[in-house]
Amino acid sequence: MVMKVRTLKRHVKEGLKSSWRNSWMTLASVGAVTTTLLLVSVFLALMMNLNHVAQNIEEDVLIKVLIDVTATDDEVEELGESIKSLDNVESVDFSSRDQELKGLIDSLGDEGNVFSLYGDDENPLNHAYIVKAVEPKDTITLAEEIESLNRVEKVNYGQDVVENIFTFNNYARNIGLILIVALLFTAIFLISNTIKITIIARRSEIEIMKLVGATNWFIRWPFFIEGLLLGILGSIIPIALLFTGYYFLDQNSAMINQFEFITILPFNPFVWQLSGIVILIGAVIGIWGSIMSVRKFLKV
Amino acid sequence: MIEMLDVKKTYPNGVIALNGVSVKIKPGEFVYLVGQSGAGKSTFIKLIFREEKASSGSVTVNSKDLVQMKWKDVPILRRDIGVVFQDFKLLPKMTIYENVAFALEVIEQSPRQIRKRVMEVLDQVGLKNKARFIPDELSGGEQQRVAIARAIANYPKILIADEPTGNLDPDTSWEIMKLLEEINASGTTIIMATHSKEIVNTVKRRVIAMEDGLIVRDEYRGDYGYES
Repeated sequence: MVMKVRTLKRHVKEGLKSSWRNSWMTLASVGAVTTTLLLVSVFLALMMNLNHVAQNIEEDVLIKVLIDVTATDDEVEELGESIKSLDNVESVDFSSRDQELKGLIDSLGDEGNVFSLYGDDENPLNHAYIVKAVEPKDTITLAEEIESLNRVEKVNYGQDVVENIFTFNNYARNIGLILIVALLFTAIFLISNTIKITIIARRSEIEIMKLVGATNWFIRWPFFIEGLLLGILGSIIPIALLFTGYYFLDQNSAMINQFEFITILPFNPFVWQLSGIVILIGAVIGIWGSIMSVRKFLKV
Repeated sequence: MIEMLDVKKTYPNGVIALNGVSVKIKPGEFVYLVGQSGAGKSTFIKLIFREEKASSGSVTVNSKDLVQMKWKDVPILRRDIGVVFQDFKLLPKMTIYENVAFALEVIEQSPRQIRKRVMEVLDQVGLKNKARFIPDELSGGEQQRVAIARAIANYPKILIADEPTGNLDPDTSWEIMKLLEEINASGTTIIMATHSKEIVNTVKRRVIAMEDGLIVRDEYRGDYGYES
């Protein structure tokens, strides 16, 4: 369907004209879209950053397998092989009790010197395997599998942190989704009402258009454009706030970043991508709202 | 041009509007459609420009099968059919010129063609000098002439007039009739539903009389035939 430029101009003009004519309804719809999209953008920014943090942490999550002190060298070797043979294992590194002790002493700094009193034979630590899962999210299952193997004394991993982030993310996601879906429907409803008023105001025009043989798409276009306009107008404020808000956050990220593993997504391209999503959602609810009322009124 | 074969039309509410109508109207004919209200005249007319679809039977207009026709082809059919109503159906906020131009704009004619054609048809109906007026500033007869100008702007092969003189006084009605005859003389088929005995009995043309959803009489140079 190729549309003439002249026709397109006409549709845009008609769409703008009726938005202007029903300025109060236009304002109400744009307000609803704005509120919705504000929430969507804050929520999405939060979710995406939390996921980002969670991923960062997950990537650092290693499983430390403490080997039973009574295990013989052969048994230690055998355990290493069986861990390697498990699914989802990316790497298995052996760390002897001496290395473990050294690591402990290093990590504690000055206070760690106490432990250097242990002689070679008095080292109370276990030999260990450091295991990394291919997919960070499989860490928990993998750790459980390893725990059931022979000669494993204990399995440690950052289970608490990872699980907490996952749980929090899930809750936030569900609550946010319900809220957003409810708001989306409100916005769509208001838009479709605005369009409905336009359609009713133009009933006689539409009747004549049909009578003289205007195509249905010709009749529909101005309403689609009006809906699209409402949706896109509604995304301006959220996007502006997103840019300023995130810019501020980004400038002060040094403060946030004092924990090495917590970083926020970089301003560019994140804010641009998110703005794209926001404007797309605005356009979709605008068009959806207009489709709803146009379909009912222009039955052919 | 227009052919109906055993056409029946039942509305969703159960009303049987047409109960087996067969008729053939040749190009260039002038046909009166008479009958009391509820006899099926309006339905008959609506079937021609596919405002309504026949429940059974066949309707052919301009060699197009209107029963099988897909909805997306209806606009193209209507571009060849002009329709005029008793209540004119002009857009009150537009000028006379804009009212006629509107009909050509929405079928995507070029602005140059539209300018030329609008003045041409306004001249034809004798309202060239009132192009800038709005409908309310015109008399009923003048408004109906605007409606006729709009209906013939796209050179339709068929002009349908549903009681075009129903709201007009006798003198004005004759002016409208004269105009319709001129349009007919230039080759346009005209189908006119009317309650005006004087017109039918004076300007003698083919008369199709309907009653209870049936054609009860169809004669060339006929009379109105009802005592009113």
